[in-house]
Amino acid sequence: MNKPLRRIAIFCGLLILTLLIRDNWLQYVQADELRTDEHNRRVAIERYASPRGDIIVGGEPITGHTTTKGDFKYKRTYKDGAMWAPVTGFVSQAFGANQLESIEDGILTGNDDRLFFRNTLDMLTGKNKEGGNVVTTLNAAAQKAAYEGLKKQGGKGSVVAIEPSTGKILALASFPSYDPSTIAGDGASDAEAWKKLQKKNNPNDPMLNRALREVYPPGSTFKVLTAAAALENGLYEDADQKTETPLPWTMPGTTTELKNEGDLPCKDASLREALRVSCNTVFGKIGSDLGNDKMLEMAKKFGFTEEQFTPVRSSASVFSEDMAPSEVALSSIGQFNTAATPLQMAMVSAAVANNGTLMKPYMVDELQAPSLDTVEKTDPEEMSRPMSAKNAQILQSMMETVVEKGTGTNARIPGVTVGGKTGTAQHGVDNSENPYAWFISYAKNSDGSSPVAVAVVIEDENAVRDDISGGGLAAPIAKSVMEAVVKGKQ
Amino acid sequence: MSSTTNPSTQHTSTIGAIGAPSRRNTELALLVFAVVIPVFAYANVGLALDGQVPAGLLSYGLGLGLLAGVGHLAVRKFAPYADPLLLPLATLLNGLGLVAIWRLDQSELLQSIQQAGTAAPRQLMYTAMGIALFIGVLIFLKDHRVLQRYTYISMVGALFLLLLPLVPGLGKNIYGAKIWIQVGSFSIQPGEFAKIVLAIFFAGYLMVKRDALALASRRFMGLYLPRGRDLGPILVVWMVSILILVFETDLGTSLLFFGMFVIMLYVATERTSWIVFGLLMSAVGAVGVASFEPHIQQRVDAWLDPMREYTLSREGVLGHSEQAMQALWAFGSGGTLGTGWGQGHSELIRFAANSDFILATFGEELGLAGVMALLLLYALIVERGVRTALAARDPFGKLLAIGLSGAFALQVFVVAGGVMGLIPLTGMTMPFLAYGGSSVIANWALIGILLRISDTARRPAPAPAANPDAEMTQVVRP
Repeated sequence: MNKPLRRIAIFCGLLILTLLIRDNWLQYVQADELRTDEHNRRVAIERYASPRGDIIVGGEPITGHTTTKGDFKYKRTYKDGAMWAPVTGFVSQAFGANQLESIEDGILTGNDDRLFFRNTLDMLTGKNKEGGNVVTTLNAAAQKAAYEGLKKQGGKGSVVAIEPSTGKILALASFPSYDPSTIAGDGASDAEAWKKLQKKNNPNDPMLNRALREVYPPGSTFKVLTAAAALENGLYEDADQKTETPLPWTMPGTTTELKNEGDLPCKDASLREALRVSCNTVFGKIGSDLGNDKMLEMAKKFGFTEEQFTPVRSSASVFSEDMAPSEVALSSIGQFNTAATPLQMAMVSAAVANNGTLMKPYMVDELQAPSLDTVEKTDPEEMSRPMSAKNAQILQSMMETVVEKGTGTNARIPGVTVGGKTGTAQHGVDNSENPYAWFISYAKNSDGSSPVAVAVVIEDENAVRDDISGGGLAAPIAKSVMEAVVKGKQ
Repeated sequence: MSSTTNPSTQHTSTIGAIGAPSRRNTELALLVFAVVIPVFAYANVGLALDGQVPAGLLSYGLGLGLLAGVGHLAVRKFAPYADPLLLPLATLLNGLGLVAIWRLDQSELLQSIQQAGTAAPRQLMYTAMGIALFIGVLIFLKDHRVLQRYTYISMVGALFLLLLPLVPGLGKNIYGAKIWIQVGSFSIQPGEFAKIVLAIFFAGYLMVKRDALALASRRFMGLYLPRGRDLGPILVVWMVSILILVFETDLGTSLLFFGMFVIMLYVATERTSWIVFGLLMSAVGAVGVASFEPHIQQRVDAWLDPMREYTLSREGVLGHSEQAMQALWAFGSGGTLGTGWGQGHSELIRFAANSDFILATFGEELGLAGVMALLLLYALIVERGVRTALAARDPFGKLLAIGLSGAFALQVFVVAGGVMGLIPLTGMTMPFLAYGGSSVIANWALIGILLRISDTARRPAPAPAANPDAEMTQVVRP
């Protein structure tokens, strides 16, 4: 009987061996896949198991945490959540995370590889894991001025402010906004709030980050870029040289006249004068004279057609290729297909203010370990040089004229040099919808350096059509943002 | 020269164990480890969960130590030559099981759905009852061959136990499998006891019939085919397992009994043809029943695509369960070394987390290393059982030992394989580890019987009567 017994022993051994192999497959080969499976609740439990690090503005955290019941231990809280939402994004026990909260999740949760050594040390000394901090470049006063201005104005809109010399983003506001605290948990009230915020339930789409993710036709503010293209390509040499612009001007290849907004002194107007009163004819003709390629090249130098990573991704701004001359003319005054994010127009303004050098915009200054040691520091980075310093200074003087005695007088700040450009962009079929009111500007110190460049856009469904102009609605907000930055520097 | 001191006389026996030491002190030393390891694990859980050594550590350690000590004394007294490994192995597994059950008792989630909370003290009580039965077996079963007398009573008893869950009002349907009965506040799984009783019946029956089954056969295509009338018993057992499968809808129990029978039949007859027949019949039975029994079918579907099952369950479709997927996540999240005691989230399995699925808790908290160690502990128990069968001197003892250890191995395979997604899930529990009175008590009895058989096998043969011719028959060596 012993021979079959030995065979049964081998059979039993094979059964156990099969289990051992299966276990190795499960816990070694497939382990990572199973552990990080999005449906595996442990992923979320781990994320909320320790207090999340903070997002910091001007040395003060704009986030916090509170403990919750159940297997998720900590919940995110936000101070002035609605105001900061375009910067922070949200992190929710039930709905995941987005924007900065998602991109810097590794540092904030403490799971980043760069914190590995420290985590191991903590594990050995029995300390609980902590998250690191994300220090932003934002300026609290500027952000508050931007958000309060939009809120007071009441329409949908957005503000972006950049420090031209470095590319630091100082303000990033979007209105209407939402408080991410209301969706941070995984309770019934959070689910309710989440549902209400969805675009299909809320036409105002408060979760849309308009500063980065919405493109608007830039209207007349685009004329700054067109003027830069004219100077750089040697079409005109300086601001006060008369341009060759008939009035009325018929767009090439068509029988359509390009209209100005009212009876403006645009015949053969100089660049300065044309920008001051915002002549469509002058800049439309410059566009069609230079042609599609040169305009597109200049637009690309300013950052059009590409997504920007601040590190939060912005949508790509649009300037089309292969257009007919008349379409190039329309595009050159910020109409037709041309569309830009508020960030993009702030970059245009910043590049002019920084004497022609465009700095890469960024909003994360520093990543800190829980010990506040620096893990990573962002250095300012030059993105491109769309124009020479000389031409930039010519453009500055033109933009300053716009604020001194043109359409942008609402942005004047006593004792500070301000340059700007208004815009009123039409949209909708046959321009039936309310136009967008734009204003881009910068403030300048006495030494010629610029502490801030701003772009403001407002879409106001309630305003009377005639009242909408960049100077009326958008310029005061830009002014208060610039004031906030300038005052803070003094 | 006296024959009892003559070395050559001792070596003429085929049983190598004659004159071997009793190994009781080895057993005692191993038992110390088997008690100390769970006590450390228990302290570890407390430290991980609350940052302090649990208040019950002393009473738990003393309780387990006492039970193990009493068990050891009983073995020392009543089965002094028994295998030294089985008792420590069972104690270690039982102790670790208690720690895992206590650990899951601390989960608020499981408490809130009444899946845990007071399971550990109950399991300790079951363990005490199990060890009492174990000692009872050692005291009252002086010789395992006595069981041979109860062959046909065992058959009736086993059938009775197997059919109990089908009695209306007594049987209980838990998650689709009808393998439970409810007596007062206790749920009993009669199948666990039936396993032992059935092994006794098979051993007794096959011992008598083995010659007829083995010899009367025709040769066909290299296989010895049994005669038609000898097919009777295997057909009956097959029918019974199919009936279990159909009416109790439990694949595991059915597979276990049929598998055990085929193993014992093969050992009794030494005919490979029985294995072929057995495999064919179980395949036919399982596929046949699965084709019309929705519950079995659903288990198979859940095994093939656990993620779909999880999604259906999440969507609230009745009759689906996310357990299988949750168990896989638990194993995966444990990785190579595990999270450490008390730091996993196997409570997410929810229902039966501390019984059918307890291996997932070990998988998550002790990792690949821990589960492999556990599986090797089980392998050792099986190995000691098979060794006992090899050493046993009587065919009944051999058959009973191999039947019990084979069933044990099959059960470990079916349960662990089910939880790890190797085969479809069944409603059985890991011996000794899992929460459940029937399982713990029956398995302690099983260990008791194995110890009795090994004691008989290893006990030195009584000194032969003084033989006046001893000097004459002595082998003369140069």
